[in-house]
Amino acid sequence: MLKLENVNKTYTEHQALKDINVTFNPNETTVIVGPSGSGKSTLLRSLNLLEEPETGTYTIDDQTINFNEPIDKSTLLWVRRKTGMVFQQPRMFDHLTVLGNIIEAPVHVLKQSKADARKEATKLLEEVGLADTAKRYPYQLSGGQTQRIAIARALAMHPDYLLLDEPTSALDPEIEAQILRILKQLANEHESLIIVTHNMEFAKNAADRMLFLEDGAIGFDGTPDEFFNHPTDRINRFLNAYKI
Amino acid sequence: MLDFIKTYAPQLIVAGLKYTIPLALISFAIALVLAGLVGVLRSYHPQTTGLKRLPWRLLDAVLGVYVWAFRSTPMLVQLFVVFYGLPKLGIAWLQPSAWLAAVAVLSLNTGAYASEAIRAAISSIPDTQREAAAALGMTDRQTFVRIILPQAARISIPTLANSFISLIKDTSLASTVTIVEMFYLSQQLAAATFEPLQMYLLVAALYAIFVTILSIPQRYIQRWADRFVK
Repeated sequence: MLKLENVNKTYTEHQALKDINVTFNPNETTVIVGPSGSGKSTLLRSLNLLEEPETGTYTIDDQTINFNEPIDKSTLLWVRRKTGMVFQQPRMFDHLTVLGNIIEAPVHVLKQSKADARKEATKLLEEVGLADTAKRYPYQLSGGQTQRIAIARALAMHPDYLLLDEPTSALDPEIEAQILRILKQLANEHESLIIVTHNMEFAKNAADRMLFLEDGAIGFDGTPDEFFNHPTDRINRFLNAYKI
Repeated sequence: MLDFIKTYAPQLIVAGLKYTIPLALISFAIALVLAGLVGVLRSYHPQTTGLKRLPWRLLDAVLGVYVWAFRSTPMLVQLFVVFYGLPKLGIAWLQPSAWLAAVAVLSLNTGAYASEAIRAAISSIPDTQREAAAALGMTDRQTFVRIILPQAARISIPTLANSFISLIKDTSLASTVTIVEMFYLSQQLAAATFEPLQMYLLVAALYAIFVTILSIPQRYIQRWADRFVK
């Protein structure tokens, strides 16, 4: 369980998160939607501690972090291992092969043996349909392929929660569908996913739970059925914007 | 002309092999180590606050002064300070031989420039790489050593190769501190033969040949380093 309570985050003059209270349950797929600049990414990045909010608490399982106090290094690394992250751009390590990218953290953070890490990486590559790319360098692959590898790289760390920050926004619809199928598959396997996306079709199909953010505050927290079939006025306007 | 070359080139080449090239290679090896240390230390920003930061700030300032001092004064002047100036202090261990003075100044000077090349290469690696590594649970140190440095090393190669080429030619300054390297010898020969034009053109050609030969490894190193880019 990931739980944020009374969380606030301010960038110089802009308050990105306003008194956020939210709990993410395990084995659920949560889809976070909302207009640009509404704080979706900041919320997601706070869960991975890539951003550190100024106030509030963050509870993971039975450990609570108080954002008013500095976070010590071991806690930081522990949180990062609990939560995997996939960014909008794949952010491959360009100097490593595809296999090298996937086994880097398992070998050096989890201290797995190279042989074990390779075996698992090969399995993950098969799962994302890219078994033949293991020895290639990132520059030799397309954006869609590298994003699938980025997902495999995050999964190789066995995070309790996989966070995805607009993982398909930079891709064309066909490639986007490939990635979303992989994510749908993960959702069906009851992985714990938290996804920021603008793809409402995916949200409708895969989400167990919807979050709507606006101006740094949570405007909706409930089931996809409520969100899509019984929307409030504001959400209705938001959804209508997707219809041309 | 051919006779001239046949007569004088061999002894010049010997001087080159005995002094010019060893001076360049030894100084560059030291300069690289120095530049690596300075470049890395000046790029490292520990994620600490308050007083813990002070030693790092101080170190950065000291190294900054070193780089500034060697980049803003002529190498010839530096050489004179070390070889002719320092002994006047009368301190026993500050009486450098000509060799030591030349190697010290050549490597400190090249190291100052090269450290900036390394620092620039490190800062050219986008922060997104650091974040991606951090998100995977890698420590700052692991991220720096395993993710940032290998990519920065590739970027710094052309600039470092440039420094090396400059260094080979700068060894001619050692002539001013009594080392009879290639250029000093050519001066002596020019005075003896009354043929300054031919003699200096010959030594210029020999420098060009040395530089060209010593630059060959760069191509292979660059090709290897470029294996992961288009």
